[in-house]
Amino acid sequence: MSEADTLLYLDGVTVTFDGFRALNALSLVLEKGEMRAVIGPNGAGKTTMMDVITGKTRPDTGTVLFGTDTDLTKVDEPAIAALGIGRKFQKPTVFEPHTVWDNLLLALAGDRRPRFSLWAKETAAEREKIESVLEIVRLKDHRDRRGGDLSHGQKQWLEIGMLLAQEPQLLLVDEPVAGMTDAETEQTAELLRAINRTRSVVVVEHDMAFVRALDVKVTVLHEGSVLSDGSIDHVSADPRVIEVYLGR
Amino acid sequence: MKTDRTLWLTLSLTFGIPLVLAVLNQVTEAGAALHVPTYVLALAGKYLCFAMLALAVDLVWGFAGILSLGHAAFFALGGYAMGMYLMRQIGTRGVYGNAMLPDFMVFLGWKALPWYWYGFEWFPFAILMAVLVPGLLAMGFGWLAFRSRVTGVYLSIITQALTYALLLAFFRNDMGFGGNNGLTDFKDILGFPVQADATRAVLLVTSALFLCLQFLVARFVVGSRFGKMLIAVRDTESRTRFLGYRPESYKLVVWVLSAVTAGIGGALYVPQVGIINPSEFAPANSIEAVIWVAVGGRGTLSGAILGAILVNFGKTWFTGALPEFWLYALGALFIFVTLFLPKGVMGLFAMRRTRT
Repeated sequence: MSEADTLLYLDGVTVTFDGFRALNALSLVLEKGEMRAVIGPNGAGKTTMMDVITGKTRPDTGTVLFGTDTDLTKVDEPAIAALGIGRKFQKPTVFEPHTVWDNLLLALAGDRRPRFSLWAKETAAEREKIESVLEIVRLKDHRDRRGGDLSHGQKQWLEIGMLLAQEPQLLLVDEPVAGMTDAETEQTAELLRAINRTRSVVVVEHDMAFVRALDVKVTVLHEGSVLSDGSIDHVSADPRVIEVYLGR
Repeated sequence: MKTDRTLWLTLSLTFGIPLVLAVLNQVTEAGAALHVPTYVLALAGKYLCFAMLALAVDLVWGFAGILSLGHAAFFALGGYAMGMYLMRQIGTRGVYGNAMLPDFMVFLGWKALPWYWYGFEWFPFAILMAVLVPGLLAMGFGWLAFRSRVTGVYLSIITQALTYALLLAFFRNDMGFGGNNGLTDFKDILGFPVQADATRAVLLVTSALFLCLQFLVARFVVGSRFGKMLIAVRDTESRTRFLGYRPESYKLVVWVLSAVTAGIGGALYVPQVGIINPSEFAPANSIEAVIWVAVGGRGTLSGAILGAILVNFGKTWFTGALPEFWLYALGALFIFVTLFLPKGVMGLFAMRRTRT
């Protein structure tokens, strides 16, 4: 793999909270266009890894690069979002008082400065983009409902829709199917695969059936570093993985 | 349709009632059946200025989630700017007859006007300062606080500290703002005597006009994409950062706008009540302004105006009838509203509308 194909590069990343090592010399490389599933027991460092990539947490040591030369440890959250990294949280967080439509409108890629948004008028191009996202996340019939009134699964999709509206190069998706029905889980796997045709995705998930359905390379985290990686069958057969995670 | 009705109703009432009062005062003779006494004009003008402060509080509290417990500071600074202009208009008519120095400076034995009083004899300069001083203070304060991600109760506490610090500073005679007594004994504004009925009528209508303008500006801000983002920041600030927004700049813009409008309210307040002193900075004043907004309905704009007028109407009546119980009544009102009317009086209207 050449350097030019690398989208995200983490090397030797360590994060400690009051002496607890949340990440311990974590290294991970994501190629352009790749989808990666990250699994691991509670406290393995999955969410902390997302926090480091999105600028919420600064690592004590280590390298975090986006593309070939952007050092993500030097910029803050809005700057990282502007570079093209979008994040969906474990607990779905949409703007509850706003309609589905307005949630997507606020998420659309564009000028984020107050002096623009004060005078901004909805353009035809924006409407078209929102329509297409509504189509993808199957919320066409719910456009005028308040974000807060949606079902749990619909909120998850709305948040994925907001991610898409941002037009990121890389999507970080934290537990997208938590609390979803089986049918919704299946649809979500389909949705992520569709998204992956044009964008790179990192999915953190607990649901093994879902990870299997995604059918992508899996990285297993344990105590803040990579324990094993490969196909789902490869990692499930790894005795160390069985020991810490699957076997119990 | 519903929001349009609230808009027109608010505009016609906040402009119409003061206009009718002012006209009746001017065209009828004292003792006539429809005559409105001049003290009513002064009182109504005072309420409208308080409504401007309430509207400023609602803009930051209701829509950006910034619970300011020091907003009266911006109001008082605007008031002082106007007070300084009015002091300079007194000229030789003061007790000491000094053309250059206000009475309190002569009394303190000062020989020359301090540099920061220069320019205030000029009305446009004083108005500019009434806008600029609160605006710049808010910008400095907000820039530091929002950038450091100070939110919630911590932010409320430092706004309270801000107004208290200003209270203590303005109490000092050495500051050159009249110390404890503040600025008073005003004679005229733009050449018209401040005590005259006609001047009061014009000041009342001007206050109503500025309140309506402020209301329209606030409506525009809240209804824009900026306003939608503001609500998003209020509810889930950290989420907006991951969308690429800088919530601190959104908060700063609305915070400065709010401070500026509060300052204009203060500038209109001073000629109508005839005095400005450091007690206007008292933390209790800012807290009272928050109660007006809560009573009217947080995050509704119209409710802030209504709440300010209702509560101050109650205060005028109460402090006349049972003065020692006013603070208890105010506290009880706040508890009642918090428990039973979380959306204030405006929430009550909305409830009736949905029921019918």
